[in-house]
Amino acid sequence: MDLTLSPEEEAFRDELRAWVAEHHPGREPEGDEAAFQFRRDWQKQLYDAGWAGVSWPREYGGRGATLVEQAIFNEEMVRARAPQLANVLGLAMGGPTVIAHGTEEQRQRFLTPILSADEIWCQGFSEPDSGSDLASAVQVRPLRQITGEAEFNELFLEEARIPDENIVGGEGNGWNVAITTLMHERATLAFGLQVAAKIALAELFARARETPLDGGSAADDELIRQRLAQLYIESEVLRLNAYRGLTATMKYGVPGAEGSLGKWHWSELNQALTELALDVAGPRAQLWDDPWTYRFLRARANSIEGGTTEILKNIVAERVLGLPRLR
Amino acid sequence: MNFDFNDEQRAIKESARDMLASRYPLEEVRRLALEHERGFTDEQWRELTELGWPGIFVREEDGGQGLGVVELVILQEELGYALAPTPFFSNACAGLLLAAAGSDEQRERWLRPLAAGEARGTLAQLDEGAPMEPTGSSLTGTKIAVADAGSADFLVVAVGEGRHFVVETGGEGVRIEPTRGLDPTRKLFAVHLHGAEGHQLEQDPDATDRAYCTMAVALAAESTGVAQRALDMAVEYAKDRKQFDRPIGVYQAISHRCAQMLLEVEGARSVSYYAAWALDHEPESGALAAAMAKAYASDAGWRVPASSLQVHGGIGFTWEHDLHFFLKRGRANAAALGDARFHRERVAELAGV
Repeated sequence: MDLTLSPEEEAFRDELRAWVAEHHPGREPEGDEAAFQFRRDWQKQLYDAGWAGVSWPREYGGRGATLVEQAIFNEEMVRARAPQLANVLGLAMGGPTVIAHGTEEQRQRFLTPILSADEIWCQGFSEPDSGSDLASAVQVRPLRQITGEAEFNELFLEEARIPDENIVGGEGNGWNVAITTLMHERATLAFGLQVAAKIALAELFARARETPLDGGSAADDELIRQRLAQLYIESEVLRLNAYRGLTATMKYGVPGAEGSLGKWHWSELNQALTELALDVAGPRAQLWDDPWTYRFLRARANSIEGGTTEILKNIVAERVLGLPRLR
Repeated sequence: MNFDFNDEQRAIKESARDMLASRYPLEEVRRLALEHERGFTDEQWRELTELGWPGIFVREEDGGQGLGVVELVILQEELGYALAPTPFFSNACAGLLLAAAGSDEQRERWLRPLAAGEARGTLAQLDEGAPMEPTGSSLTGTKIAVADAGSADFLVVAVGEGRHFVVETGGEGVRIEPTRGLDPTRKLFAVHLHGAEGHQLEQDPDATDRAYCTMAVALAAESTGVAQRALDMAVEYAKDRKQFDRPIGVYQAISHRCAQMLLEVEGARSVSYYAAWALDHEPESGALAAAMAKAYASDAGWRVPASSLQVHGGIGFTWEHDLHFFLKRGRANAAALGDARFHRERVAELAGV
């Protein structure tokens, strides 16, 4: 057991840290369009310097990094408060799926534009029961959410023609391909998520210390201290589970039991964190201008996006614990 | 970066699990818990001694195996999984304090025989009333919930200001009486001291603190094993037990409960292993890591057995079923050596809330 970084891993981290410190473009601009262009430019900059898709094979524009280095990358980007990338779904899901199941032609065609953010990918998994009756083949409509923004879109397909050469993994293999896509989403996002949770927690600690309560600060309140400490512990458990999962993946090719728990655990942690933040805010939680108000609302989606907690529990129960399936 | 045991550690884990499974089937655990006054036999202790377990964490110069907290945690997790009634842990608590703060002479006198399994010690920490105040080297007062004191050769008695005294149980002014504990697989005693002669250990706050952190992590690991076993029992039952012609494990009210148990068991395991590693290799992180481990595993250690009991339904509430032993051990462990509230407050302090 050795939870320290090897000299090579440390060198990787230091090189990346220095590069990010030098090239960090600062705060994201206001407005959806401007923010998107900003993220696209940032990703292009990473790509040009060889930092996009670090764990992808070198022949497709990646860096051929190990899983530990990928984890370091994700941690460092969050730690440096680096901007988000424009093509998160292409990098985390679409690309790895094409690498795993695509033909050589598909890899040549799709992978580089994913890394450079020249082509932006989205993921279309959630479907209503019935189809649409729109005239055009592909129509995209923003989907307004409870925070007031539109991160997600509705996508309407009406007899849209897709060339055969774009089928990934061949006909009739859709489920396997979809599973790969989802596994990549959960495995690679987990590392960034745990660091994001740590940063949010540090902000919450500061907030509690600065918030006056009963003649002291909210951080002096016994109950709030206990809850803050519990969240700190949970955030460490999330990190440690992620590292144990990483070791298992490197040794045995698949994550161990703990690897399937990360996304579910993170969503609970992040929700609890925003809930405590509003408790710390006290009566001010009525106001919209508190940044935690937004986070509280946004966190409601955490247990839905990327696999609902209920589905993740089904997966754990069936695949990890070996409990029988209902159907 | 390698968050896994090495080959030697893995071998310790596997051989411990096999040995404990063969020596402590649940009928034997039940027999020792309910019918045996001390809770273990000489023969059972001799076997652990022959394996070198009592001295696993003791330096080789003091007659031990010179292994680390990680190895101690490996044994503790397996002892929890088997729910083996044994004075191993109470003895280790005394040994850790002697190793940390015993003088050369004291280590020679008590730690060496402890490591060899020839003498046993235990930690007397909890005061009945006001904190025990020594007069010179003379101790008077009552300590409660002292594990395995009835069969121990000496006590390490904690008094104010981080001081510790070794008291031999055969000496003048020492009276030990059995107490009924929540957990019948670990025998508790009240220790009444009346002018008993104590031998004070050196006052080394850092070393003593590390010893307590190690105990907390070892107990957290034991609770992890307890919780793992309770989860295994729940899963097995959910696969076998049928209602409405289906195994109850198909119902999400059951399966999601089991998934929640896994989350807590794996969390307790990760944080206990990490804390053990930190105490061995990254001392500056040890205190915070140990507090996290004991806080988390205190909760998981009883909540998982309680949840397993719910999966079992009525049968799980019966005396005849073995589950209640796991619930009782988990809950008693949660209360020992600092409860979750205590350790969360330590986390708040050390993490800079």
